[in-house]
Amino acid sequence: MSSNRFNAFSNHGIGIGLRIPHYEHIFSRKPVVDWFEIISENFMIDGGRPLHTLDRILEQYRVVQHGVSMYFGSVTEPDPEHLKRLKTLVRRTGTPWLSDHLCWGSVDGTYTHDLLPLPYTWEAVARTAERVRKVQDHLEIPVAVENVSSYAAFTASEMTEWEFLNEVVERANCGILLDVNNIYVSSVNHEFDPMEYVNAVPAERVAQIHIAGHSRYEKYILDTHDHPVIDPVWSLYARAIERCGPTPTLLEWDDHIPSFDEVHAEAKKAERYLNRSGAPCLDSETWETSHSGHGI
Amino acid sequence: MTHPTMSLEEIQREMASAVMTPLTADDEMRKESRNGRPMDHVAASFIAPNSRLTSFERLEIYNRQYWYRVLNALGEDFPALRTVIGSRAFDAMSVAYIDAHPNRSFTLRNLGSRLPEFLVANPHFAGRRADLAVDVARIEWAFVEAFDSAEREPLTLEQIATLEGDSHLALQPHLQLVEVEYPVDDLVLKLHKGEERQTTEAGIKHDEDENAPAKLPVLRRKPTWLAAHRVDYSVFYLRLKRGEFHTLRAIRAGQPLAEAIEAGVTTARVPAARRPQLVRQWFTTWAELGWICAPDLDKLVRTA
Repeated sequence: MSSNRFNAFSNHGIGIGLRIPHYEHIFSRKPVVDWFEIISENFMIDGGRPLHTLDRILEQYRVVQHGVSMYFGSVTEPDPEHLKRLKTLVRRTGTPWLSDHLCWGSVDGTYTHDLLPLPYTWEAVARTAERVRKVQDHLEIPVAVENVSSYAAFTASEMTEWEFLNEVVERANCGILLDVNNIYVSSVNHEFDPMEYVNAVPAERVAQIHIAGHSRYEKYILDTHDHPVIDPVWSLYARAIERCGPTPTLLEWDDHIPSFDEVHAEAKKAERYLNRSGAPCLDSETWETSHSGHGI
Repeated sequence: MTHPTMSLEEIQREMASAVMTPLTADDEMRKESRNGRPMDHVAASFIAPNSRLTSFERLEIYNRQYWYRVLNALGEDFPALRTVIGSRAFDAMSVAYIDAHPNRSFTLRNLGSRLPEFLVANPHFAGRRADLAVDVARIEWAFVEAFDSAEREPLTLEQIATLEGDSHLALQPHLQLVEVEYPVDDLVLKLHKGEERQTTEAGIKHDEDENAPAKLPVLRRKPTWLAAHRVDYSVFYLRLKRGEFHTLRAIRAGQPLAEAIEAGVTTARVPAARRPQLVRQWFTTWAELGWICAPDLDKLVRTA
């Protein structure tokens, strides 16, 4: 698999999200899975069964952490307790990189627990990039920011979403978790060409790719992670792989979760594109020289 | 309509306020904001419409998502309370509670931490079962705490026996002490068995959404002292005697060993001559359960 400095030069292939309904299958059958993605917040606790389960998983599988509440775009400072617990978990899992969303969701310490979109302004670029940098420096591993699905656009926006993403990752010197399903969902909701988005992303910064299903309503699409991946999303994925080279890929399935085998089979459809892809797109810079202070 | 450009902070405050405003009874966004402004004006001040949705409708998607998510999370942690007071009352209580106490934690695990005290202050949400409901809420929250709190290396009985009266101890962090007016632990366990409880990581499917409170066995008031604790990663409830409860509570409060024992034995209603034997029994049992730990040195230093 392709590797770059934003995924710590890993060779991760196709992974799936670690979900409770699959625990019994995983522990009894020990299926071959390249890696699992965990939701960090589910394990940022002090003890009990969740951490015991995680330790059992870590004995046999590689795990990558994905967060849902860092809120890089929130104007208020991150909770020190959150950062402390996250770093403790990073040490426990040995995650080679860590991802969270390019969004906001808290104000003055009150949490919405949603991935709220940002206005694409220069002010938001500066604030968000600064926060990504701080978090990355604190955690001492590469951080990748994920583009979110969105249902609202702001009157204050001064650029497209992909221009915003590119500005943030350049200034923060961080990676991208490119969610091609989110690009598709937002393209329908905001009436833009999703392929233009995929083509505009700096390929050398893509650390990981998310694929997922969604739900279509009369006037908009919701990112529900409860269906198989649709063909237009596979097309975006194919183009992303064409541009980035083989990239660690993760299928998200969070609601109405089918059997382990069904989820895994859906994820492994990505092989069709990964196997026909050419050479990986490696960045010429090394992580150490461009991002001093981050021992990997 | 043109609007002055809002700063990022202004947009986030305005949007968070709108998103966290309770929905109408029909699960729609309210027509007016908390400060009385028309919500369509609020939405249009920072959200652009598209060819299919107005600014109001786009903001409403987030308003709904917020409430669906937090209400579902609270329901997962209090399934017995929902059954006791009925789904309709539970939903009304949940909206009022979350509106009054939006989550101040990065994790939804902590969303229900203030629900028992909210019910005490707002008994009308539970109707005639208010006291019972408070007890159920306390026991269910104790489950959440016991489920994933830390586990420390406990002291052995031999180690405890060497301690002086002015020694300080600590309790196992996952041990939760709950004093209730009704013996509702059995009821909570029974109601939980009907749920596919999967911890706070994933949801519980409420297949039957009963609006009315469930028919419950007759419960008479009987002061009950409970310990919720973890054994092999599962949470159990254990009934305690009044005296041992008070000693354990005093240990948790940081009282020296002699004072903690005194707090228990004076409420144990046993003759003075039997007290040493009683205390020995308590500590023997607690040591076997792994409940007694050395004090947290960090806490002692901070206290000093």
